[in-house]
Amino acid sequence: MNSSNSGNVGIVIVSHSPKIAEGAADMVRQMVGSAVPLAWTGGDIDGGLGTNVAGILEAIQAAWSPAGVAVLVDLGGAETNSEMAVELLPEDRRARVVVCNAPVVEGAVIAATESSGGSPLAAVKRSAEELYA
Amino acid sequence: MHDAHASRPGETAVPLTASAVLVNKVGLHARPSVKLTQCAKGFTAKIELALAADGPWTDAKSPVKVMRVKAPQGAMLHFRVTGSDGKAALAAVLALVHDGFGEA
Repeated sequence: MNSSNSGNVGIVIVSHSPKIAEGAADMVRQMVGSAVPLAWTGGDIDGGLGTNVAGILEAIQAAWSPAGVAVLVDLGGAETNSEMAVELLPEDRRARVVVCNAPVVEGAVIAATESSGGSPLAAVKRSAEELYA
Repeated sequence: MHDAHASRPGETAVPLTASAVLVNKVGLHARPSVKLTQCAKGFTAKIELALAADGPWTDAKSPVKVMRVKAPQGAMLHFRVTGSDGKAALAAVLALVHDGFGEA
């Protein structure tokens, strides 16, 4: 898990596999650079494949930006747990977090690219979701 | 390999156009696409690219669309730029292409 201070939209990567989440984060860092707050999380609380709400919440806080945070998820539980994590955020932060309907690896790179140009949260989400368009 | 021809300075709505050969080995794959869109986003001008002088034109600020162009090595990339900082934008994107996006 890592992050970087800036006013750009933060990116959070959530995968059932911590290796996928970390690897996708590596791709973002190498391809897009460090101008974007970035955090990743993966695995259930016992270290197996899965996701956990506390880990996602922590990642969102780590990648927090006043411009908001875009969350990229892989399968089912990653999405529902991410939505639960958003609900646990302080009320003033909830509206500034979006879960993108995009593939996790490509979506993370594209969302970070969009964010690195200073785009607002809605544009970051839209750009990542273009991958399924 | 670059014929920037502008009938007027950048402030008009007349698009500036130029072209350059894609020199880097793998063409316009993910990493160069990201660099190109990041560069393009630094300008307010509308920046488009195409594989032919008459289009179809792709928004150079959209990483997804730029990757979908799948421009191979050796392809001629055409740029069309409109806006007040268009001249600088065109110079910047051409420099990136000539430089092989820093990866040659």
